[in-house]
Amino acid sequence: MSLSNLEKKINSELTTKINSSRINHNQLEIQINKDSLLDVVIFLKKNNSTKFRQLIDITAVDYIGNENRFKMIYLFLSHEYNLRINISFKINEKEIVNSLTKIFPSANWMEREVFDMYGIKFNDHPDLRRILTDYGFSGHPLRKDFPITGHSEVRYSEEKKKVIYEPVKLEQNYRNFDYSSPWEGTEYIKEIQKKND
Amino acid sequence: MTKEKKTLNLNFGPQHPAAHGVLRLILELDGEIVEKADPHIGLLHRGTEKLIENKTYSQAIPYFDRLDYVAPMNQEHAFALAIEKIMNVEVPIRGQYIRVIFCEIGRILSHILNITTQALDVGALTPSLWGFEEREKLMGFYERVSGSRLHANYFRPGGVHKDLPRGLEKDILDFCRTFPKIIDDLETLLTDNRIFKQRNVDIGIVSKEDALNYSFSGVMLRGSGIPWDLRKSQPYDCYEQIDFKIPIGKNGDCYDRYLCRIEEMRESVKIIEQCLKTLPKGPVKSMDNKLTPPPKNEIKQSMEALIHHFKLFTEGYRVKKDEIYTAVEAPKGEFGVYLISDGTNRPYKCKIRAPGFSHLQAMDYLIKGHMLADVPAVLGSLDIVFGEIDR
Repeated sequence: MSLSNLEKKINSELTTKINSSRINHNQLEIQINKDSLLDVVIFLKKNNSTKFRQLIDITAVDYIGNENRFKMIYLFLSHEYNLRINISFKINEKEIVNSLTKIFPSANWMEREVFDMYGIKFNDHPDLRRILTDYGFSGHPLRKDFPITGHSEVRYSEEKKKVIYEPVKLEQNYRNFDYSSPWEGTEYIKEIQKKND
Repeated sequence: MTKEKKTLNLNFGPQHPAAHGVLRLILELDGEIVEKADPHIGLLHRGTEKLIENKTYSQAIPYFDRLDYVAPMNQEHAFALAIEKIMNVEVPIRGQYIRVIFCEIGRILSHILNITTQALDVGALTPSLWGFEEREKLMGFYERVSGSRLHANYFRPGGVHKDLPRGLEKDILDFCRTFPKIIDDLETLLTDNRIFKQRNVDIGIVSKEDALNYSFSGVMLRGSGIPWDLRKSQPYDCYEQIDFKIPIGKNGDCYDRYLCRIEEMRESVKIIEQCLKTLPKGPVKSMDNKLTPPPKNEIKQSMEALIHHFKLFTEGYRVKKDEIYTAVEAPKGEFGVYLISDGTNRPYKCKIRAPGFSHLQAMDYLIKGHMLADVPAVLGSLDIVFGEIDR
């Protein structure tokens, strides 16, 4: 089964559930609606001509400033047909996504990680705790508005004889060097040229 | 009279030598039987993905060495491939061969560490002493080629940083001749060892179905009898031209996974030998100076080379807007990079798919109903390294 056949097959079987599809870098990318996630995933896993029986990863992207801020991405692999597919949809900050844990047990930690890093919540998740960050951590580090230096730092206090948390104090502020050069046709130069024309 | 069943909670780690790093495992025990295992991870979380978003592409490569720090170059490979595919860059054939050689050296490095520490966990000290001597030699090769024993920063988008120094080819070939004997020695210590078998056979069995459901990859998948290796099924670089076999297990227990790793080391030696025998001449990295820096001696004479050098080490190269997932067969399984570029000199997002993350997740499933003493054996056969799990 080739990728273009797979694209046709999925589009004909799931018709309205697929918003758009394209083949990019030897992988099929499909965009769906948030609510049809479970149906699409069950179809991909169970159907004999797709057999995407392994969930590779779940991740999100933060497009800050957009109305639908986050894009969820699900990667699947079919060993039988040697194909990869990725499913994506956009959600806003308040929306809750359906959990895949019932279909793929490995989704458990992956969704916990997305929750931890982006603060996206999942329906029917058995154990939605933080996973990679510290106990009692606040904020979601991979959001674009989270500072790279973080909010608190940890040290052992000799007086109190315990580990304490303090707000970050930097001897020198974090410097974000922007080396992007105006040469080789950047956008804003073109804009200025347009205005002058 | 009915007896009330009482369970005992045991905190295993995070500073326990058999935890292979900083794993905190909360075990619920009924007598000596494990009823539930809840791994707490993240004690080594350094925010790699966040840091990569704030660095240029070439500054991001060293972070990949620090993920799975027992086989650093395999990780760099995935990132380099992602950028090459987006930018549509062809790697010169010699560069591809050198990459494959060092990927396989990484695989041997990782498997030696895993096999010997697993043996250490179940009570055998000698394998680690013999194995680590070989690791030292391999890290010597790393050092000679990149200047660093562990954090190599050697694979670059477009090829590798530098050509092999004089004499290294011969030394690696010599190693390939002597190393199979060391594998034999390790096998005489472990493969038929009564204690080693008692501790590993039929422990932590994974069925085919569950191996897929739990997103296992690499040896964890092959140990259960699923013939799947990205080097064969979705070949990258010059793996297509090389003849090697994929060992698979039958029972999916800790012992089969150990056997798979032993066989994989033998196959890796064969791959390295083949590559060295047919190593083509030529450049080791793409000649496109918008992506790879020009040679040092040219910088002194050519204005253009100087400009390229300056631009590459200040602004870096730009990667056009795209999204890509690339995966390589790292020693521990499928290591993937989901890269989103936005046309600037920094990645917009770089998600790292670490194989160990899914493997450790299945800890509860693997250990349920086993004895407490089986915990280190199962942990050992999972081949976990916290650098990549916590990221």
